[in-house]
Amino acid sequence: MGRIVLEQVTKSFGEVTVIPPLDLTIEDGEFTVFVGPSGCGKSTLLRLIAGLEDVSSGRIAIDGTEATALSPSKRRLAMVFQSYALYPHMTVRKNIAFPLRMAGMDKAEQERRVTQAASVLNLTDYLERRPGQLSGGQRQRVAIGRAIVREPSAFLFDEPLSNLDAALRVGMRLEISELHKRLATTMIYVTHDQVEAMTMADKIVVLRAGHIEQVGSPLDLYHNPRNVFVAGFIGSPTMNLITGPEAAKHNARTIGVRPEHITVSATEGPWSGTVAVSEHLGSDTFFHVHGTGLADSITVRAGGEVGFRHGDRIHLTPRADVIHRFDDKGLRIA
Amino acid sequence: MATQHSRTAARLMLAPAVILLLGWMLVPLTMTLLFSFKQYLPMRGGDLGWVGFDNYIRFVGSSAFWPSVVTTLVIVGSVLVITIVLGVLLALLLDQPMWGQGVVRILVIAPFFVMPTVSALVWKNMFMDPVNGLFAHLWKFFGATPISWLSEASMTSIIMIVSWQWLPFATLILLTAIQSLDSEQLEAAEMDGAPPLSRFGHIILPHLGRAIAIVVLIQTIFLLGVFAEIFVTTQGSFGTRTLTYLIFQRVLESQNVGLGSAGGVYAIILANILAIFLMRIVGKNLDR
Ligand SMILES: Nc1ncnc2c1ncn2[C@@H]1O[C@H](COP(=O)(O)OP(=O)(O)O)[C@@H](O)[C@H]1O
Ligand SMILES: [Mg+2]
Repeated sequence: MGRIVLEQVTKSFGEVTVIPPLDLTIEDGEFTVFVGPSGCGKSTLLRLIAGLEDVSSGRIAIDGTEATALSPSKRRLAMVFQSYALYPHMTVRKNIAFPLRMAGMDKAEQERRVTQAASVLNLTDYLERRPGQLSGGQRQRVAIGRAIVREPSAFLFDEPLSNLDAALRVGMRLEISELHKRLATTMIYVTHDQVEAMTMADKIVVLRAGHIEQVGSPLDLYHNPRNVFVAGFIGSPTMNLITGPEAAKHNARTIGVRPEHITVSATEGPWSGTVAVSEHLGSDTFFHVHGTGLADSITVRAGGEVGFRHGDRIHLTPRADVIHRFDDKGLRIA
Repeated sequence: MATQHSRTAARLMLAPAVILLLGWMLVPLTMTLLFSFKQYLPMRGGDLGWVGFDNYIRFVGSSAFWPSVVTTLVIVGSVLVITIVLGVLLALLLDQPMWGQGVVRILVIAPFFVMPTVSALVWKNMFMDPVNGLFAHLWKFFGATPISWLSEASMTSIIMIVSWQWLPFATLILLTAIQSLDSEQLEAAEMDGAPPLSRFGHIILPHLGRAIAIVVLIQTIFLLGVFAEIFVTTQGSFGTRTLTYLIFQRVLESQNVGLGSAGGVYAIILANILAIFLMRIVGKNLDR
């Protein structure tokens, strides 16, 4: 149904190459997340798949058919935009029914699908309102409703949650994940937020400057980052990257230790420093330790009950079995 | 900031402007009203005293009145339709990325800077002249007999000239409106399977509704007073006598100020009826 294959796809805007040659396969039914820093070409890649931008070279196949030259409407993909892109002069009902109306579907079937989508998305009470009279989360749901009524072969989301407040974001994240479980349709989801990527994805594609840095399951990326960039990007708080003599001890140019893989002690441990900031979250405590001579600041995660304060002397012990080692080129040493 | 004190100061400072504007508006209005109830013939005895509603009755009773109202409405309506249809098309065109966009935009706006008298003269002599005009040459080139535009197709000619003048205004307002349309809405519609014409009808046109309403309102107010274009070309003959032109003839050609003033009051009433009607439409558009 929704298998999408990109072969040697490139995209340039005039002189600027945004996507260098790129190969990627998205399996049917998979929840794939494109993640990477702002401006790395995630939206461009998504728009290439949608057909809103033409590829400069390369091929795109959807459902096994050549789609490189197909117009967006022929690709049977639905997109949810960052700005929601609802039609402001139409009611919610008309917005959701718009793609069906364009397809020339008969009124009764339109009505049935709109009603069903509205009940799935809790929009039944708002069908006669205009988008301007809805909250951010409701608008988001209307945009999703407009996408699902078409029963597309894949959904494309471009940072759909970035305009919502934190609490709503967590809620919508769950709703989209649930929707994916229920529909089992391919979804491609673009975000710059690695927490969204980790929590939602079956498969994460980490992008930097249009390059694919690594493709894998969230845990795969967490445990086996292929290079320093992925190591620093995936995980929260970010991994401590240490260079210099300490790394040389492990026969590496750079070593990486995750904050959760360091134990703290008042008295013993190979590394030591002073606590600059301690963030108490209740469940966890994060210490930012300065003056270790390893890096400017080492972040450590400890249990919520550990009570060091600003200025305390602290000793750190990294777990030897989960130290990530990287060579001169920043690549992982197995 | 908005303390009692500063508000009083603000009112005081606004006062001169408000008084000036009020005077500007009220003095001519009062004079028109005053004259409209008088028999006032400057060259034939001057002020001959009050006559009640005589002028009003005579103005409406004249055989020229209703045709002039119709002519006025036809000109206003036709120019509105032409400028808005062409304005939307031009705005769509100018919104496309193209080479020399800046220059083209300035060229399109240029007619608006030409004074009505000048543009009417240019049209009359350079385009519509039955012997030397460009149209005459064009007609001859295709073997047709040149039309003497201003007498045979007088209304068409006037409507063409006035539309040419107001098209830039409509285009400009509509272009800014088109540019304010979120491009993601169009892309969403494209993905939703809407072909270009549907995208225009379902997304662009509704988005332009407000701008169109404003163009209609502003243009109507100005078009009701179209004068120079008629004065320079047909002088009100060949069925081109608008209400404004009729008033002008009554006051200056017949030297009957009282009768002309009564006509002026009718023009004010007509303008207000149209304005209220149009404001309703605009208001409806602004609602959402
Ligand atoms: N239409 C365009 N013309 C020129 N450059 C563009 C265009 N669209 C995007 N870019 C450039 O491509 C790069 C990637 O953009 P984008 O895909 O939007 O990044 P992301 O979504 O990852 O933040 C940016 O440097 C941006 O400036
Ligand atoms: Mg983006």
